[in-house]
Formats: sequence, C-alpha cells, structure tokens
Amino acid sequence: MSADVRVGDWQAVGLVANREINTRVRSKAFRITTAATLVLLVGFTLVMKFAAGGSDATVGVSGGSAALAAPLKATATSIGQTIDTREVTEAAGRSQVDSGDLDALLVGDGSKIVVVVKKDIDEKLRNVLNVLAGQLALNEEIKDLGGDPTRIGQQVAGAKAVVEPMQPPYDYNGQQLVIGMIAGILIYMSLLINGQAVAQGVVEEKSSRVVELLLATIRPWQLMAGKVLGIGAVGLLQMLIIGGVGIAAGLATGVLTLSVSTAIGTVIWLVVWFLLGFVAYSLVFAALGALVSRQEDVGGVITPPLMFVILGYVLGISILPSDPGSHLVEVLSIIPLFAPTLMPMRLAMGGVPVWEAGLAVVLVVLLIPALVWLAGRIYSNAVTRSGARVKLRDALRAA
Amino acid sequence: MVERRLEIDGVSKRYGDVVALREMTFAVAAGELFGFVGSNGAGKTTTMRIALGVLAADSGVVRWAGEPITLATRRHIGYMPEERGLYPKMKVGEQLVYLARLHGLGATGAKRAVEEWTERLGVAGRRDDEVQKLSLGNQQRVQLAAALVHDPAILVLDEPFSGLDPVAVDVMSTVLLDKAAQGVPVVFSSHQLDLVERLCHRVGIVRSGQMVACDTVDALRAGGVVHLVVDAPGARPGWADGLAGVTVVEHSGTRTVLDLGDGADDQAVLRAALATGPVTEFSRRRQSLTELFRNVVSEHTEAVAA
Repeated sequence: MSADVRVGDWQAVGLVANREINTRVRSKAFRITTAATLVLLVGFTLVMKFAAGGSDATVGVSGGSAALAAPLKATATSIGQTIDTREVTEAAGRSQVDSGDLDALLVGDGSKIVVVVKKDIDEKLRNVLNVLAGQLALNEEIKDLGGDPTRIGQQVAGAKAVVEPMQPPYDYNGQQLVIGMIAGILIYMSLLINGQAVAQGVVEEKSSRVVELLLATIRPWQLMAGKVLGIGAVGLLQMLIIGGVGIAAGLATGVLTLSVSTAIGTVIWLVVWFLLGFVAYSLVFAALGALVSRQEDVGGVITPPLMFVILGYVLGISILPSDPGSHLVEVLSIIPLFAPTLMPMRLAMGGVPVWEAGLAVVLVVLLIPALVWLAGRIYSNAVTRSGARVKLRDALRAA
Repeated sequence: MVERRLEIDGVSKRYGDVVALREMTFAVAAGELFGFVGSNGAGKTTTMRIALGVLAADSGVVRWAGEPITLATRRHIGYMPEERGLYPKMKVGEQLVYLARLHGLGATGAKRAVEEWTERLGVAGRRDDEVQKLSLGNQQRVQLAAALVHDPAILVLDEPFSGLDPVAVDVMSTVLLDKAAQGVPVVFSSHQLDLVERLCHRVGIVRSGQMVACDTVDALRAGGVVHLVVDAPGARPGWADGLAGVTVVEHSGTRTVLDLGDGADDQAVLRAALATGPVTEFSRRRQSLTELFRNVVSEHTEAVAA
C-alpha cells in the first residue's frame, strides 16, 4: 500500500500557492481589473499626448503685420508659450476672430502692435505681445542711434545671471510627479485588492470548513504561506503587466521623455515595494482573517491595518504634488507602516537619497520575520475555531 | 510486521471547565469496521479531530501500527469531517485532484484516482461543475471521494451516512465494507443505529467523553435483557397478567412483548398463550442496538438523578 508518501514542506506550500494562482488568474474579477487598469493607463497616455501637442494660442497676421509672425513666435518661445500664426486678409481675420477660430489678429503696418480680439485678450498672450511691442520700440531707437538691432539683441539674449546654489535642490520635473502619482495609485490598489483577497481566502476556507480537511494533511503555516505567496505572485504579475505596458505606452507615444533606464528603475522599485508591502500587510490580513468565520466579518477585522495603507496613500497623493520635498512625507516614507505606499511614490518622483531608500527597505525586511512568527501563531490558533469571532488575545495565548 | 491497528489511548481533552474527553481508549484492528455511537456532544467528533491532528489532545496518544501518529502518517488517513468542507467555487475534479496531491499523489496518479472514485461514487458526470452547484447528496459523495482518492490506509468518517438517500447509503456501505476487506481499519460515527448494527464488526458507545461499552455487536446484545415475542391472534389484552415473573412490555395488535424475570418459565407462557387459541409466533428476541443505546444513556440519566 502507499507506505512511503512524502510531501516536502515547500512542495505542500507550492501546491497551495498553485491553487491560488489558478483560481485567481481564471477569476473574472482579476481579468476585469487588469484590463480596466490597462485601458485607463493607455487612455491617460493618449490624452496627455494630444493635450501636449496643441499650442497655447493662434494669432492671425494681416497685411504689413505679416512680417511680425517670426518675431512673435520667437518672443513667445522665450517666455515659455507656444503660438501658432496664420496669414489672413484683415476682413477674413476679423470674422475668424469673431467666430473663435483665431484668438487674436494683428493689424496695421507692422511698426506698432495693434491687436484685434473678440472681447478681451488672454493674459499670457498680452504679455507676449507687450514684450514684442517693447522690442519693436527698442529696435526703432537702436536704428535711430545708428546701431544694429540684431547684434544688440543677441548680446542681450546672451547675458544671464550666474546662480551658485549652496545645496542644489532636486529638480522635480512634471513627468516624474505624474509617474509618482501613478505608482502610488498602483501600489495602493494592489495592496488593497490583493491584501483583502488574502483575508477573504482565509475566511472562505474557514467558513466552508475545507480548512479542517486541509489541516489534516498540511501544517497551518504551509497553508498560510502558500496562500500569501500564490496571491502575491498573481499581484506581481498584474503589477508587471500594468507597469510594463504603461511605461511602454508612454515611451512609444513620446509622452514620456525619460531615459529607458529611469523607466525600468521605476518599474523595479514599484515591484520591490509591492512585494515588501504585500508580504508585510498580507501576513497581518491572513492572521486577522483567521479570527472570523463569516465573510461579512472580514471588513471589521482588517479595517485597522487597512487604514494605514489608505492613510499613507492619501497623505502622499495630497501632499506630494504640491510639495515633492515634504519633510513629513520624507520621514513617514521610512516608517514600515507607511513605506509601502509612500516610498514608491517618492522613488518614482526621484531625488530620494540612497540611504533613505535603503533604510526603508531594511526596516520592512527586518519586520517581516517578526510578522511571520506572529501571524503564524495567531493563524494556527484561530483557524480551526469556527463560530464566534476569536479574540486576538486568546489566539495569541493559546498554545 | 506490527499489526496495522489504530489505537486511541487514554486521550483527554477539556475546554476550560468542560471535559470533552476523559481517558478515551479504544483500538480498531486492520480490516475492522468500527461503529462509534453516542448522543450529541458525547465526544465522538472531538476524538476524530484529535486523531487527525486538527485538535491537540491535553493528554493521551494516538498510535498507528504501534507508533505515535505524525503528520506523515496522517497523510494516509482518509477523513470526512462532520462539517462538510470543500471549496464551493472550485470544480469537483480539480478539487479532488488538489486534495489527492496534498496527500502526496503525483499529478497523473491523482487524476487517475479522481476518475476512478468519481465513477464509482456516481459523480463522474459532475467533475467539471462547481461544488456549490451540486445537490447536498452529491456534495456528500464528492466529500467521500475526497476521503478516498489517496488510497488511505485508515478511514475516519464523521457521520458519513447523514443526509444520504437509500441508494447512496448502499453505495457508501459497500465502499466501507470493501475498504475494510482490503485490511483498512475503518472508524465511523453515526446516529443510524440499525446501519451500525448491520455493518460494524465492533461498536463503541460513548457517553460524556468516556467509552462506556465497546465490543462486538453480538456480545453487546447478549449482555442485555431478553424479551419474548408472542403472536396469538385469539388472545385478549391481559392474557399474560397472571404469569409469575412475567411483565408485559408492549401489546400491539395481536403481538405481545414480554419481559421474563428471574425464574420465569417461558414454557408456562407458551401454554398460557396456546390456551387463548392458535399461536403464530413465539420467539426470544435479544435487544437491538437502539434499545441497548437507550439503556446506556438512561443509566446515565438515572445516575445523575440519584
């Protein structure tokens, strides 16, 4: 008969993890959330592309003012605006301004700036035109004094203040802020969805009593580890697909102008922090899930740790866009409770000192063995006790 | 070779002040079908859960083939928990393969065993259905398949017959007898005492966490009171009242059940019966397991009252 059947410790964990992976990858919820996130992300990239492609204003030039088209564009560029120009007859131009096709129309002989607008002029466009008008006046004076306006213009343009920063600040560019926010949302969603899946999975086994059958063959820690690893693997796969497709879409459409190495670095940090955050939080969720026997009660027990995930995310998303160097966020992002949500946001934005990034990782890595021990103890003691909610203190105490 | 016996030796368990098991002791030999009976809460389920390692005993030991049972030997036990447990949303076939593999079968071996047992238990057509879509009776068959797919060397079944239709009861009985015939010790608990009486080689009666009677069905019944059944169509009620040492237990229709005290003469009873007319049945009847069980339980109640 079957005298020598051996299932290795990790083979049992592997079997459990494999079941979790199969079940979750085939579930509708997983496919729909992954697809929906991808669609949102690619859609966002496309929107950014079209939004970035347009100019700030379209100005018509007519008659003598047609010669102003090139200086107008150059002036606009020098103060960070993009202006398109279109040559029209004055009559056609006026009707286009009236219909809104043109934002403004330059009329006159080109020696002075006379602008026709529908009602009032855009403040930025007014600035551009004022600067241009000043330049024209200056050029006239220089010519009257016998100078060469072009040469003087070049000299003026070349003169700049030399800045010597004592502590060079990190230059957060807009793209990296956006990527940081997206990284934050991804980590947050993933911790939320997959962390809850662990707790629900534990309760499913408990409420359907299948746990009794399982524990007759494998040890509680193997069941818990298999579940955490299996769901974690699926979450990781999802994260890689979403992160990879998102970055690829960004680079392909030209919305992202990061170097490929920075992009890959961002995805790697995202994965590292997902894994660390997921393992730490899901151990807690698994242990707390084992305390209750009904799906309705899951929410109640996992809310306290979930609040830390939510709090970290909310702080990050509300403080970082306006103040990327926030001291509060800097400190919180090293504390293990908040690090999984805040650190990846900061890392995606860039400018995190190496020691901070390293310390945050080390602290979570040190915390994990303690959590394994604690969660294993609570889980083993509580998972076979069905019925009323097991008190946390009882679960810790029982041998 | 050591005999493949399952021994429960002096197992005790208490929950706070409540004693669930007190020195529970019995053994099931290889090839034996052992019936475990007792009122609700007597300790049957607790004993089985301890044998499976789902619960830890406070003291005592469970042995298999002379050695204390370990996780490795537990993999050879086929277990059917009292509360049925399967993943409701997992397909029958996949679920059974998973459980077989947790018990140490290889992928192909597990698949083959699942095919064999689902055929045999009549749920082969439902292999691709989620468990929750099956009727309760069919879920029970799947549960039995889960206990059997890994070709267990020991079977421990908690209430395997509850909720089964007569056909399924026959299927289950055949499977249990077959397994016992293969030399597997089989323990099952049940409240259907007629079934236990018919199937089991030996029976253990549990009361308040203790084994109060444990022997073959015949031996248990032999120890009890003997009743006399008389069927005399012409007799009126009260025909046996004057007989020395005889008390009427029951009189229904033409049948009378009598309890013979010490020194009572059954031949005198027969003569009295014949005096009333023809006698179509005259037999000694040993008490059934049900009566025995009632006696055991009522002894306890009297003891408590006294």
